[in-house]
Amino acid sequence: MKDADGSLALHVEDLTVAYGERPALWDVDLDVPAGVLMAVLGPNGAGKTTLMKAVLGLVRPVAGRVLVHGRPYAEQRRIVGYVPQRGSVDWDFPTTVLDVVTMGRYASLGWFRSPGAAERKAATDALDEVGMAPFASRHISQLSGGQQQRVFLARALAQDASLYLMDEPFQGVDATTERAIVRVLRDLRSRGRTVVVVHHDLQTVREYFDRVALLNVRRVADGPVSEAFTEENLRAAYGGRTAFVPRDATGPETGDLAASPVRE
Amino acid sequence: MDLAAPLLDYTVRTVTLGTAAVGAVGGVLGAFAVLRRQGLLGDAVSHAALPGVALAFLLTGSKDLPVLAAGAAIAGWAGSLVVLRVVRSPRVKEDAGLGIVLSTFFGLGLVLLTFIQRSGDAAQAGLDRFLFGQAATLLESDVRTVTGVGAVAIVLVLLLWKEFKLVSFDPGFAAGIGLPVRALDTGLTLLTVAAVVIGLQSVGVVLMSAVLVAPAAAARQWTDRLGPMVWISAGFGAASGAAGALLSSTVDRLPTGPAVVLCATAIAAASLAFAPRRGLAWAAVAAWQRRRRIHSEAVLIDMLALESGHATMHHADENAHSAEVLRLGRAGVDPRRTLALLAARGLVRAVGGGFALTDAGRDEAARLRGGDGGAR
Repeated sequence: MKDADGSLALHVEDLTVAYGERPALWDVDLDVPAGVLMAVLGPNGAGKTTLMKAVLGLVRPVAGRVLVHGRPYAEQRRIVGYVPQRGSVDWDFPTTVLDVVTMGRYASLGWFRSPGAAERKAATDALDEVGMAPFASRHISQLSGGQQQRVFLARALAQDASLYLMDEPFQGVDATTERAIVRVLRDLRSRGRTVVVVHHDLQTVREYFDRVALLNVRRVADGPVSEAFTEENLRAAYGGRTAFVPRDATGPETGDLAASPVRE
Repeated sequence: MDLAAPLLDYTVRTVTLGTAAVGAVGGVLGAFAVLRRQGLLGDAVSHAALPGVALAFLLTGSKDLPVLAAGAAIAGWAGSLVVLRVVRSPRVKEDAGLGIVLSTFFGLGLVLLTFIQRSGDAAQAGLDRFLFGQAATLLESDVRTVTGVGAVAIVLVLLLWKEFKLVSFDPGFAAGIGLPVRALDTGLTLLTVAAVVIGLQSVGVVLMSAVLVAPAAAARQWTDRLGPMVWISAGFGAASGAAGALLSSTVDRLPTGPAVVLCATAIAAASLAFAPRRGLAWAAVAAWQRRRRIHSEAVLIDMLALESGHATMHHADENAHSAEVLRLGRAGVDPRRTLALLAARGLVRAVGGGFALTDAGRDEAARLRGGDGGAR
């Protein structure tokens, strides 16, 4: 946020990604103002994870560009924190909780230097923020799914980024973890950070987030929750594939699709 | 057979040192390969190296290890690229891809070897030592090459330790924070190729991949940290290499490769069975202890329940219960052994033909029934 034109934390322009013949994202434009919590919603195969990966440069887009705080992503990697789906790694890997969280400091450490006391301190503080400090010396296979998710979150916190991208952090977690994640998200927002979250539970959208983006290969809608999270937009994003219809503007009910897991 | 006796021989000592170095380097790189689920990559690299050795000989006419190793490295590297490309293709499944590449390169290598043996003089036939390995053919200069390349590989692993760790554990996050994941991946694969190539003469192409995989799989059993795993793996590899070289120098015409691999897999089997926590024996004992503990807790609680029932009836015989009565409480479990164990811990005592809770046993049973964290 030091940049003069940094009022937009993330600017995505004409982003198109294809796997083989099939486009996963088609000509997507998206603006995320700084200091907001934004949910990315959409049905299975809508390209939500692909959007994250394209922003992070993990998949190569056919077209489009991504600006983080007004500058190309490649120059801004260090201020972008990423929380991958926890199923993306091997939790039997021989490492401890504290060690995983310390990985969040690797980018600022630079080449050939090993983490020392300062990095361990930062990692311990981050673990404390997600309520996992007592687990620091545990092996990662001894964690529940929710605890794994909080460890990933702590690793991103240790990175001290200004824009966070989180892929399904609420997927299959317990109530304690969900509360812990929400607390961390709000804390990040109060410190002026921006968080973009791939989300599924339509019921909690109004409670947790300021803005939404509805996606189904193309961008269907985006904006403040009160404007963009409407029955019409949901219908357009989810198409005929859902029984979900928000009854009114203040308290949408959740249909089956909230429970359907998404993998791209 | 005295394994240590041949060590008095200078040549055997040299050969043993070389093979131990091969095992140690294979153990280090193998640990990363196994954690990245690329254990079979070593197989592809080593089989692909065979035509490289043959071609290097055909082109240069030299039998020097550096020349042949260079050919092996180039071909092995090409083989790994082909494997990675085939594996990433959506049309071929990973195992099928590996199988095709591996056997194609190996077949090509055998054809070239046969061609060399047919056309050349007898001195050229020595190339078949690359099939199963013959450590005795290692010259002192070969051992220097092997240990030199191995030392460079290990120093590189130490320098790039945290990067290699992150890329192995979570490549997505690594890319997210700006690490050149593809370059690091390539680096690790190149180092694995180096580890394979320095082992070709002593262990051979057919079995070299076991030197990568077996020590690493064994080491994983003994620790939950990456650092100790890598060094334990190196130690297991070195021990297998040394023992294999000694065996093959003691037993006439025994190739080194099979001897090394049998040592390595013996260590792996023992580790899988007996390592603390992860070992099969350990798991069986832990399960048995868990059952035992639950039984004894159940018996204590039953006795407390029976006792409070008796107290209201003013029984005279100090609330003693026979094992048969307790058995009624928990169908299918014979409480006699459990009662004996509880008696040994001073929680119950024998009274007449039965058993009664001691004061300590009563406290323990009340605590268990209260459920205030007593279960652990």
